[in-house]
Amino acid sequence: MADKRPAYSQLVKDIRAGKFVLTGELEPEKVTGIEEILVSARAMKPYVIAANVTDNPLAYAYMNSLVPSWKVQEEVGLETVYQMTVRDRNRLALTSDVLAAAYLGIRNILAISGDHTVLGDNKGAASVYDLDSAQFVYLLHRMIDEGVDVAGNEIHGKVGINVGIAGNPNADPLMPEVLKIGRKTKLGADFIQTQTMFDIDKTKEFLKEVEKYKCPTLIGVFPLKSYGIADFFDRFIPGVSVPQELLASMKKAKEEPDKAKRSQLYDEVNLEFFRPFIKEIHKTTSAAGIHVMAVLYERIFEPLLEAF
Amino acid sequence: MIITEKKAMEEIQEMIAPYGKLFIVGCGTCSTSCQTGGEDEVKEMTEKLGDRVAGWAMVEEPCDLRINRRDLKAYKKQIAESDAILVMACGAGVQTVGIYSDKIVLPALNTLFIGETERLGKFHDMCRTCGDCILDETGGICPLTRCAKGLLNGPCGGQVEGMCEVGDYENECAWVQIYDRLKEQDRLDLFTAFRPPRDFSKKTLKMHRYF
Repeated sequence: MADKRPAYSQLVKDIRAGKFVLTGELEPEKVTGIEEILVSARAMKPYVIAANVTDNPLAYAYMNSLVPSWKVQEEVGLETVYQMTVRDRNRLALTSDVLAAAYLGIRNILAISGDHTVLGDNKGAASVYDLDSAQFVYLLHRMIDEGVDVAGNEIHGKVGINVGIAGNPNADPLMPEVLKIGRKTKLGADFIQTQTMFDIDKTKEFLKEVEKYKCPTLIGVFPLKSYGIADFFDRFIPGVSVPQELLASMKKAKEEPDKAKRSQLYDEVNLEFFRPFIKEIHKTTSAAGIHVMAVLYERIFEPLLEAF
Repeated sequence: MIITEKKAMEEIQEMIAPYGKLFIVGCGTCSTSCQTGGEDEVKEMTEKLGDRVAGWAMVEEPCDLRINRRDLKAYKKQIAESDAILVMACGAGVQTVGIYSDKIVLPALNTLFIGETERLGKFHDMCRTCGDCILDETGGICPLTRCAKGLLNGPCGGQVEGMCEVGDYENECAWVQIYDRLKEQDRLDLFTAFRPPRDFSKKTLKMHRYF
């Protein structure tokens, strides 16, 4: 099914043209302005083909992701991947937002479950999950490929959007995750973006397992801007652990009292770890590209990605 | 069985504060098994509330209107003289006692779920009464109830070593359990099958019509 869907976005066009694609990530927070997002988008634009815009990550109530997704395209000229969770919307609200996204010229949607509300900053909120992420991919297939909503009601106008799904190569056990991805690719996924990876062997194992689904896969990497971020990530992100050696190097860098020198040390630690990591993925695997989750760490893009 | 837990005594005190005399009803079925509203717990409650108690009774099944009529018949006078009835049963029991008596009813318990009893005091949430059972497709494990997100096509990215991100990885991921069970049974085709969106109207539309 995915092969039959046209490439509506530059991201999917580049993937199908066989380019090694790079995507970035933007995170609206609990704010009423998006200037910071636009600054980040401008900073990463020379190095990435598109940027994901996160949707209440970790179930924190932030600005919605649609408006920044649109504004970044309009004002910065950087294509966006509009992330949508099924945690906060029932099928009516999902349909409404997809229609609005089509109107605003959004060309990619990443369909995800979303972290449970009990992990977030409004722990008492109901988690919706009217649909799960597979059923959301099905809804998108109906809207994009068949011109109807999930109940079969006709849409007036065209929804020209490519669909991404998430994958977690860190999953243990891995097979339920792999089969779940297979289920979704059959429903109409155009690409996969993975959870953050630090382990090259796990990355390769995952790519080998999902190869049969023929769905282009972008491997997630998360350059660590500071030791605090690394430590938070290691402790609080479900299923992700930062390698102890990397964590120790970050901790050592933290001890440098001079801020500018400390930043430089952090950059060096990141480049030392991620440059060979990305190179290895590029050279030795079938991955379609890299999804760089370097939120507010745009200075790392150039030294990290200039070779790709 | 319907699993219940006792409300904190402070909460009950606050709830009953506006009322004078109370009649207490216990449940002879599920709440007796849960040790939340059996005869022992009802007696304990009457002791705690002392003079305010106009009387008490055990109803074999407070959720059955006919059995309320049978078991509360002898207490009509005491009930009439009470300002409210404190019901030590599940939500269905509280409401049915209200329908039978036409009195103000107050819940002494929180109703948790329909569950499996492993042993006294250890119960597992098993059924959400969704009205559209799919246990035949999921190895006899209910994802709607036992997956924190109620996903029909799991697992999500929040499982780590088969444990769920909700509740500090103390609960098993229902979808990993379903995978293991179906694999054991050589029925993984059921795991890979796509389950379309649920029709929630099925339950909503018949909610009040079943007797």
